[in-house]
Amino acid sequence: MGRIVVIGESHRGALSDASRELLTKAQEIAGTGGDTVSVVVLGEAARDSVKAASAKEATVIVGPGVDEYHPETYERAIAHLLDEIQPSLVLMGNTTMGMDLGAAIAARRGVAMVAYCTALVLDGETLVATSQVYGGKLASEIEVPKTGTVVTVIPGSWAPVQSSDSPDIRDVEAPVPSRLELLKVIEAEPGQDVDITKADILVSVGRGIEDPDNLELADQLAEALHGVVSCSRPVVDSGWLPRSRQVGKSGQTVKPKVYLALGISGAPEHLQGMKDAELIIAVNNDERAPIFEVAQYGATADILELMPALTEKLQERVG
Amino acid sequence: MKITVLMKDVPDLVEDLELEAGQLLVDDISFVVSEWDDQALEEALLIKDEAGADVTIVAVDTGDVDTMLYTALAKGADRAVKIVGDFTRRLTNRTRAAILAEYCKSESPDLILTGVQAIDDIDGQIAGLLAGYLDIPHASVVREVHTMDAQLHFIQEYSGGRMAEFTAASPVLLGIQAARKPPRYVTVAKVRQLQKSATLDEVQVVLPSTPGLTVRRLYKPEAAGHAEMWGDDADTVAEHIVRVLGEKKLLRS
Ligand SMILES: Cc1cc2nc3c(=O)[nH]c(=O)nc-3n(C[C@H](O)[C@H](O)[C@H](O)COP(=O)(O)OP(=O)(O)OC[C@H]3O[C@@H](n4cnc5c(N)ncnc54)[C@H](O)[C@@H]3O)c2cc1C
Ligand SMILES: Nc1ncnc2c1ncn2[C@@H]1O[C@H](COP(=O)(O)O)[C@@H](O)[C@H]1O
Repeated sequence: MGRIVVIGESHRGALSDASRELLTKAQEIAGTGGDTVSVVVLGEAARDSVKAASAKEATVIVGPGVDEYHPETYERAIAHLLDEIQPSLVLMGNTTMGMDLGAAIAARRGVAMVAYCTALVLDGETLVATSQVYGGKLASEIEVPKTGTVVTVIPGSWAPVQSSDSPDIRDVEAPVPSRLELLKVIEAEPGQDVDITKADILVSVGRGIEDPDNLELADQLAEALHGVVSCSRPVVDSGWLPRSRQVGKSGQTVKPKVYLALGISGAPEHLQGMKDAELIIAVNNDERAPIFEVAQYGATADILELMPALTEKLQERVG
Repeated sequence: MKITVLMKDVPDLVEDLELEAGQLLVDDISFVVSEWDDQALEEALLIKDEAGADVTIVAVDTGDVDTMLYTALAKGADRAVKIVGDFTRRLTNRTRAAILAEYCKSESPDLILTGVQAIDDIDGQIAGLLAGYLDIPHASVVREVHTMDAQLHFIQEYSGGRMAEFTAASPVLLGIQAARKPPRYVTVAKVRQLQKSATLDEVQVVLPSTPGLTVRRLYKPEAAGHAEMWGDDADTVAEHIVRVLGEKKLLRS
């Protein structure tokens, strides 16, 4: 019988939804093969989060260097622990931490890795993962060898279930970092100008805006709609809008009454931040853009023509 | 400071990704430089501009990588290396990382930069895989890399807008999320010009063996739903939007 290890992430003393989701799946897979589910967290602050985790065993990696995320220390500590446990399968969230550590740990340990997983099912004896690749345009079906393969799962791929377990908890000491030194943690800055998470109507622009000068068209449209301008990550990385306006995995999660996605392709990292909007209207001149799969309404118009046309219609209406 | 930037090209998502028997028809697809590798190149060039550095661009020759390498040289890289061997477009990331590890071991750069991810890295991101093989510290989702003497400074993005500032002694490998400035632009004419005088260094690496994955198939996912489409005429689309927002009582007068 093997061990399925879930590398958990916790926040304010509770396991993240993404981690609970992994435990749910680990139990499901373990149930059929008689495997043991083992959860691993790092830092004293995470101890409480595993007390009721859906697992038989829990390991808390402790030490001075693990209270904040530290790529070198976390990687070495986890890889070392896995060498000892010799798991059949390792599940991590496809979060910043999973993206950072998953591949490194797999390469270090000489085992395979599957990234961007959205489904994990048993097909007879074979564990089969589905991964979302090519910006969400293609899916890939992969056989997962149960030889310690590291699988990183996109958060929200399936629902976590409530647990009533109380795992046996043991502590393991983390190694001391030797090359990377964490200087300071910088807390998230609240939006200096507007809070896009509070807006009812978001006029959200992506790389299709092409040029910062065209942002004026989005501003005018937002004004006519009494909405707020938000954007995808490349618009922020280009320095065209402040980071507080960014929607997505590494930006804000928004749930407005209307999300107008203009020139946004709908990459998984963007969808993560807006797919629960009440109404999504997408305009993108590529009819195959993945954004149309989450939008209720869509159009293949040129946004540089649409924005002024729509603004004008709204202004006419007011008279 | 010796900086190595690892670059690869990936299918252009603007075009239709044609499949046959669950595999990409790689011969019919156009390839473009992976956007995050382009960001890594830009960050390397900014470090060079700021503090001086020797920047080498490295790509595994899985097809036509010459233009990508010449473009990097035209942008200001000092050297371009093409790793040649028995490689095809179907090279997995795992094997690519093992090939790059062979190369990096012989060159010992102080800093290795590459993109945080690529759209096709099903079997793991190059940054992590390579760092694991090289057994050197690494960090991904990184921005704002600066050098001070032999020390490096950088920002790693945590989740939810939090981030952390790190310092490191070389060698270090960083997966770049975004450069400090948008990637610089060079004209096709300049690239062509340079192509006449510059050369690419070819380095031979033997195909290593790595843990493989069985990919049963690639396919276009059956969408759970699809938007009701309004066509491509701006005026018509604008009318539809006004109508729908009106019906939902979302228009303020
Ligand atoms: C760790 C990590 C975190 C990330 N976090 C985020 C995040 O928080 N938020 C985020 O958005 N991204 C994030 N990304 C980036 C993400 O992967 C995509 O690169 C990004 O979302 C793409 O933005 P886009 O849709 O604006 O650009 P593109 O994908 O380039 O899409 C532009 C679209 O505009 C269309 N278009 C072009 N011109 C026009 C026109 N004139 N009219 C109509 N349509 C037009 C094109 O057809 C295309 O579909 C993250 C990536 C990583 C690796
Ligand atoms: N400030 C935070 N500290 C720790 N975990 C967080 C924080 N914010 C979000 N999370 C969790 O991290 C995961 C998202 O990570 P990412 O995809 O990297 O943005 C989710 O499971 C969240 O519950």
